[in-house]
This record gives sequence, structure tokens and C-alpha cells, in this order.
Amino acid sequence: MAQAATASVEEHGHTSTGVSNWKVGFWTFIASECLFFGTLISTYMVYKGRAVVGPYPEEIFDVLHTTISTTVLLFSSLAFVLALHATQQGKKGIAILWLFFVIAMGAGFLYMEGTSYLKYIDYGLTLGSSTFGSAYYVLTGTHKVHVILGMVWIGALIWLLFRGRIPPAKSEQVEIAGLYWHFVDIIWIVIFTLVYLIQ
Amino acid sequence: MSTIGLETPVGREATAHHEEDTGFWSWITTVDHKRIAIMYFVAATAFFFIAGLKALVIRAQLMFPEQTLITPELYNQFFTMHGTTMIFLVAMPMAVAFFNYLVPLQIGARDVAFPRLNALAFWIFLFGGIYLNSSFLVGAAPHASWVGYATLTSPEFSPGQNTNFWLIGLSILGIASIMGGVNFITTIINMRAPGMKLMRMPLFTWMTLVTSFLLITAIPVIGVALIYLGFDRLFGTVFFQPAGGGDPVLWQHLFWIFGHPEVYILILPAFGVISDIIPTFSKKPLFGYPIVVYAGILIGFIGWGVWSHHMFTVGLGPIADSFFVAATMIIAIPTGVKIFNWLATMWGGSLKFTTAMLFCVGLLAVFTVGGLSGIMHASAPVNLQQHDSYFVVAHFHYVIVGGAMMGLWAGLYYWFPKVRGRFLDETLGKWHFWTTMIGFNLTFFPMHFAGLFGMPRRIFTYSAELNVDIYNQLSTVGAFIFGISSVIMVWNIVKSWRSGEPAPANPWGAPHLEWATPSPPHHYNFPRIPTVRSREPLWHKQERDEILAVTMPDPEEEPLMPNPSYWPIVLAAAITLSWALVMTGIWWVIALGILPVILATFMWAFEPAFPEGHGH
Repeated sequence: MAQAATASVEEHGHTSTGVSNWKVGFWTFIASECLFFGTLISTYMVYKGRAVVGPYPEEIFDVLHTTISTTVLLFSSLAFVLALHATQQGKKGIAILWLFFVIAMGAGFLYMEGTSYLKYIDYGLTLGSSTFGSAYYVLTGTHKVHVILGMVWIGALIWLLFRGRIPPAKSEQVEIAGLYWHFVDIIWIVIFTLVYLIQ
Repeated sequence: MSTIGLETPVGREATAHHEEDTGFWSWITTVDHKRIAIMYFVAATAFFFIAGLKALVIRAQLMFPEQTLITPELYNQFFTMHGTTMIFLVAMPMAVAFFNYLVPLQIGARDVAFPRLNALAFWIFLFGGIYLNSSFLVGAAPHASWVGYATLTSPEFSPGQNTNFWLIGLSILGIASIMGGVNFITTIINMRAPGMKLMRMPLFTWMTLVTSFLLITAIPVIGVALIYLGFDRLFGTVFFQPAGGGDPVLWQHLFWIFGHPEVYILILPAFGVISDIIPTFSKKPLFGYPIVVYAGILIGFIGWGVWSHHMFTVGLGPIADSFFVAATMIIAIPTGVKIFNWLATMWGGSLKFTTAMLFCVGLLAVFTVGGLSGIMHASAPVNLQQHDSYFVVAHFHYVIVGGAMMGLWAGLYYWFPKVRGRFLDETLGKWHFWTTMIGFNLTFFPMHFAGLFGMPRRIFTYSAELNVDIYNQLSTVGAFIFGISSVIMVWNIVKSWRSGEPAPANPWGAPHLEWATPSPPHHYNFPRIPTVRSREPLWHKQERDEILAVTMPDPEEEPLMPNPSYWPIVLAAAITLSWALVMTGIWWVIALGILPVILATFMWAFEPAFPEGHGH
């Protein structure tokens, strides 16, 4: 019966590493996502400069435009950090406000990128026009799907905060959505660098 | 307390614990890892018979030269679906069945980290498998082989829905695999009992961890490749279309960057199984435990650097070829190390040849044959001769059937008493083993010769002038014997499930924690969580007594377990439906298909995971 004292260590919240299951699981998922985007980005790099018909990247990319949209997306991460901080402090109104900013900036990013897409299509770059078109649209399109999913998730968090279902003790729910959002931002930095800056 | 020992039969009948609901709906809504494991096993066995029947038709067609039993088109569908089913719907989920049942029990946890996610992964796998096989009902089964090389899969050469079924089916299954990988990594890293350090974990749990890492890293790569293929076929991209500047070799790279780790996803669980069984029936601890662990991890790493040995005939150039030759030969080393560790475990042990042990020893023999032929075509010049011949077919059946499947069958005989509280019949078991050994070797050994004499794979017939008739006839006879062995196995399972000899808690005198529970275990596994102090906790008398005092008595109050839920099956159906709608190629239909997924996800997220009032 010497074990009686230690027998209840599996109580809620206790784990072998001290980090919650949700966090370990989500980091594992992010590792998986790294390989996912790694494959998409590698494909773009492999096909870089091998398109046989135009338009070519250097003809159509507007680096200034994309720099602005990138900046907007990066600042959304800052807003998210502040939202998490407010959640941990129990200031749910402020948290909701910052999360709205995150969604707004995500929408701004999507809007700017959407206008770029329309411009590229005008130039004649489509999914099937060349390997550049295929690799570019599927890579950046997949990233946009991730941004949209993140916005849906944050929308759900806003609703939960509004209903008072995320007290400071459960702020990890916001933190994990933040891990996702920051990851999506970081991936965009890699894409921005490799696709737009290093032409 | 002294009456509770390992030898006391503690079956469901012997303990008067809480009545569990066993009706149909309780299985549909279960989140219990043990029940999910049983469902995985049953589903995988059903798919095993579906794919096995295809193999028998293939063997019947090949028994004599220039036969026309089935059309070339149907033959293509059969070998494609045989391979696809055996790998994605049999070998992988069969291993996952063992992960599910054993990992929480072996590390001293009450369930996996995410029980509902676990159920979701199972239902997605099942629906994905049914979707993939439903292609036969509309006469459009995949027909471009399990590797689906571009440009055989291009809209130009594969019009119709055949390849769409394949790429969408595999995408659905990939989702389930990643969910499983995330779940088991989290469970093993985070939910170990006190004292269960990483280097005290049973080898099976270790290999589950390595396999899970391979799953979460390899599956995304084929996921992207399948997305490219789907876009090529449905939305006109040119990733693999030479006419648009695309490179078909890119498909091969992406496929095999996934495909080779996949080989280790298949074999490592079997290595884990026999690493647990051989010590038990040798009455000795595993020889060189840390070395076996490190070898398994090393295989996982190097497995990432050998993919192009599937592509020597592509002409990647001498530098690339040399690198992959070297890497491939290097990966044989940790595998060889493991073989010697198992042999050294048996050396000087007091061996007991139960059916489980026979399958382990059988694995050592036939897997080594497959390993040796693997080293033969690791050499690029030799490989050029063997590529796409029956020699390769012989090789990979020796490693996948002779390695992965034999290991899992060993596990079946070993852990069945734990699952059911009854033994599998040993006499039928030995029939199963020997018919498997004879049938398997008779089927696949002659294929080495047929291949070396020039018989190509994936061709619906062969010329009499090739002089490979006799090898094909031996293979066909062997295949039918192998088929009979599988019937014996199922007969044994059905019979023993109903009326097998009752088994005690630890019938084999095994050392690990799963044997410190009644057979079958309570749905909460452990009334209280034991503390572990060594690698073989049940082999040290004092430690064993302490553990059993914690794990065997019924608790005053049952531990709190997660609620059953029907959202996993609903969400899985929604996900499968949304992917299936991609076949239409109409963007707004596809977009609409996402709505039920989002809806079911929200319903799931807002449903309490634990009973009300316990504030989780």
C-alpha cells in the first residue's frame, strides 16, 4: 500500500512532462504542418526558373504591395499576443477587442492578396498556365486556407469569451489558437522571403 | 490481498465490477481505446480478406501463360487495389489496433491523450476504406498501381474516376493517420505512470512512438503530392504534366519520400511486438535494450534518406545514386543489430514455443530473407536488372508479410488472452503458423526466380517462351495454401472468442504493466495508477506485489472516464463526404461540402468531454 500516496497523480492536469496534452499534441501537429508546407515550398523552389511560358515571377510580382500585406499579417500576431495577455488577466472585453483586430488584419491580408491574384490572372497567370502558376497558386492558396481556418477558430474564441466560458484558468484555449496563428505567420515569412524577395 | 496473484484467473466473470454497456450504440459512440482497437482489428481483417481474394484471382490468372481469366483492365484494378488495400487498410490499421490496445496499458494510463480524436481517426479510416473500395461498385477502381506514377495518372491516360477514387481515398486515410500519430506521440510523451521513464518503456511502446513520428512527418508529403495530382486532374494544373512543363519525376520523389518511411511505419510495430514477446518466452530480459531502442530510432531517421533507391532506373546521375546506395546499405545495419539482439535474447533462455513465439521465430527467418534481397537491390547496377520484375515483388512481400504481418499475428496470439480473457486455440494456432509458413514461402520464394528470369510485374500475363510457368504454378498453389491459413486464423478467433480456454491475468508470466490488469481489463484500465521502478516491473517480486496491490482490487469509486460521443462518427462521415465531393471538380459543390465539417466540428467542440459536474 506504499503506493497509495502516489496513486492519484493522474489527476486532471498532471502529465509526465508538466506540459498539457493539448500543447504537446498541438506542437506535434505543427511539426506535421512543417513537413506539409516544406513540401509545397520545395516544389516551388524545384520549379523555380523552369517555367516554359510566361508570365514569369519577375514580370508580375509587386514586392511593395506584398510587403504591406505581410506587415499587416505580422502585426496581427502582435494583436494576438495582447489578446492572450488580456485573457490571462481576466479582461475579456479587451481580449475580444484584440481578437477582432486579429481577424480584421487577417481579412486585410486576404483582401490584398486577393487583389494580387486578380492582377496576376489579368497578366495571364493561371493554375494551368505554367509550373510557376501551378506551384505559386497552390502554395499561397494553401496558406490562405490556413489563414481562413484561423479566422474561423478565432471567431469561435470570441464567442466563447463573450459567453464567459474562457476564464483566466482556461486561457490555454486562446494560447493554442495563438500557436497556430503565429505558425501561419511564420510560414508566410518563409514564403515571402523565398518567393517574393529572392527572385 | 495475498490471494491476488498473477496466476489467479480474473476474467470478466470472476469480478463483479460495474456493468458495461455492450450494445450496438455503445460501440458506435465508444471512445475507449480498447474497443477502438478491437474495431480496428476487425476492420483490418475484413480488408485483409478483400485484398487477399484479389491476390488469389491474380494468382489464378497467372497460373498458366497467356490466360484470359480476367481482362487486362480488371487485372490492373486488382493489383492496384490489392497493394493499396494491403498497405493502407490492412498492415497500417492492424498495427494501429495494437497501438490502441496496448500503449495506454503498457505505460500505465487510463486512455490515450485524446479519446474522441482516437474514435474520429478510426471512423475516418473505416469510411475512407469503404469509399476506396466502393470504386468497384461503379466499375472504376484505381488502376495505376499503388505507387500511382505520373503520367499513368494524368487525365490523358487515366480518364474517368478511377484515379480520383485513389487519390481522394488515400487523402482521407492520411487524415486518420496524422490524427493517430499526434495522439500516440502525446500519449506516450505525456501520460506515463510515475517511474515509467522513457528508457523503461516496453519496446512495443517505443516503436509506436517512432512509428508515430514517421506518420506525422511522412504523411504530409504524400498529402501534398495527392493534392497536386488532384489539382492536375480536376483543375488543370501542370505539376506532373510534361506538356505544360511539369516533371513526372517530381511525383516519384514526393511519393517515395513518403513511401520509404512508410516501409518502416509498417515494419517497426512488428519489431516492437516481437521485442516484447521473445523475452517473455525466453524467460530473459531483452538483450541490449538500449541498443534495440536506439536502432529503432536510427531506422526511423535513416529511413528518411533512402527514398531514391526506388528510383535508380530514373537516371538521377552517379552522385545521387551513390549516396542512396550507401544510405540504403547503412540502414541495414541497425536492422541487423536488432536481429542479433533477438537471437541473443533467445540464446541460453528457457524457450517456450507457443504459437506467438513460433511467429516471432518465423519472422526472424523470413524477414531476414527479405532483408538480404533488399541489400541485393540496394546496389544500383544490380537494381537496374531487378527493377519492376517479380524479384522485387518477392522482396517486398518477404518484408511486409514476412515481417510486418507475421509480427502482428504473433501479437494476436500473445495479447488475445488479455483482450478476451480466453486463450486462442494453440492447436489451430500451430496449424495457422505452419500453413502460413508453407503457403507464404511457396508463394513468394519462386517469384525470385521468375523475376530473375525476366518476368515483369504488373503485366496481366506472360509468354510461354519465358519459361517461368513452373514458378508461377508453385506461387499459385502457395497462394491458395496461404489463403487457407488465413481462414484457419479467423476460425480460431471466432471459436476462441466464444469458448476459448479461460486465461488468467498474466498467462505467459510476462513482465510489463498490461499484464498487471485483469483479463480483459476494466474499461478504466487501472483503478489506481501504479508506480514503476524497472524495465520488467512484474519480474521483480517486491515491485510486482506493490503494483498488483494497486492495480488488481476493485476501487471503491470508479475513476472518471470520458463520455461516449456520437460526434466522432458524424464528423468522420462529414469529412469523408466533403472529400468525396472533390470528385465532382465543381468548386461551389466542394465549398458546400465543407459546411457539414465545420458544423460537426463546432458541435464536437462544445460537447463536454467528461460527465457534467466534474468541471474539466
